[in-house]
Amino acid sequence: MNTIRIAAPRTAKRGEIIELRALIRHPMESGFRRGASGEVIARDIIVAFECLYDGEPVFRAKFFPAVAANPFLTFHTVATESGRLEFRWTDQHGAVFSDAADLTVET
Amino acid sequence: MKRGCLAVALLLLSACGDAAPDPDRADLDPNAVVSGYAFLTPETQAQQDDDFLNPGFLWVDRGAKLFRSGEAVSASCASCHGAGGRPLEGVAARYPRIDEATGKLTNLEGRINVCRTRHQAAKPLAHEGEDLLALSAYVASLSRGMPVSVQLDDRLRPYYEQGRDYFFTRRGQLNLACHHCHDRNWGRSLRGDTISQGHANGFPTYRLEWQTLGSLHRRFRDCDTGVRAEPMSLASEEYLALELYLAVRGAGLAVEAPAVRP
Repeated sequence: MNTIRIAAPRTAKRGEIIELRALIRHPMESGFRRGASGEVIARDIIVAFECLYDGEPVFRAKFFPAVAANPFLTFHTVATESGRLEFRWTDQHGAVFSDAADLTVET
Repeated sequence: MKRGCLAVALLLLSACGDAAPDPDRADLDPNAVVSGYAFLTPETQAQQDDDFLNPGFLWVDRGAKLFRSGEAVSASCASCHGAGGRPLEGVAARYPRIDEATGKLTNLEGRINVCRTRHQAAKPLAHEGEDLLALSAYVASLSRGMPVSVQLDDRLRPYYEQGRDYFFTRRGQLNLACHHCHDRNWGRSLRGDTISQGHANGFPTYRLEWQTLGSLHRRFRDCDTGVRAEPMSLASEEYLALELYLAVRGAGLAVEAPAVRP
């Protein structure tokens, strides 16, 4: 169960710059640490994030082992049309975690 | 003559017993009590102040979900504690306390497990597991801003003394007691950190060092390991008693759970 928290405005004026924030529960295990008995703890990280605005990518990020656990992102986009904002994380095994928020654009 | 000896012996006994408090075991001045929040950098304070930036809320969210959902075989927590039931606001500020059924000291995590076994026909959750952390973070968050207020009574008193004794007892290769850092040297530096007074009002806490949420007992184990002592087990009687001592010692501090700490 990957808990996701998203902060996005519900409404915005056309052309307004909106702030989007996204937080996901993930250990981001770097692969460089060792356990209590000396064994290497296998790497387990999210490798990619993207935010789709009505299916079109407006923000992309690549993650690496140095990124802290429970990665948090803040970014901006311009409100153009009413639509759905989808937030998608992909881990190194190809598993996808996602959540979405609906934005209403007022003219 | 014999009677005289006895009287002198009794006098001596009472002198050791309670009359003169040991100056090496002086409690923290209640007027000087200040939350660990005060020792954070402005950046970490900002992270705790914003409920979205605070990663502890990942567990609060998850705990709220678990609270409402229950399991296949049992009722949810919300079916007792929901609308019209026993609300849980302020409850965390009054723990640890005596469990009426067993007569033993129990903390919030212990009480959640008591509820599960006694009322929900469910198995107790593992300490430091994600589910128990989530539920305790959620329930503790319902008391945010309320003052820690554990009232000592005759049944709690022996546990309080046990916890106080733990706090003042030197242990480990470094031969330090909790008291040496958190009563005598708070506000000063220990390597890169500022030593706090060691209060429990922010637990469960998101520690940046852990990169995850953890319980007060996990923190105790860290401190014990830090002075190179053998740590006690989670939910052990020693740690429960210490938790009680800290609750009384930090009385009046606002509950901050889930707090963010370095």
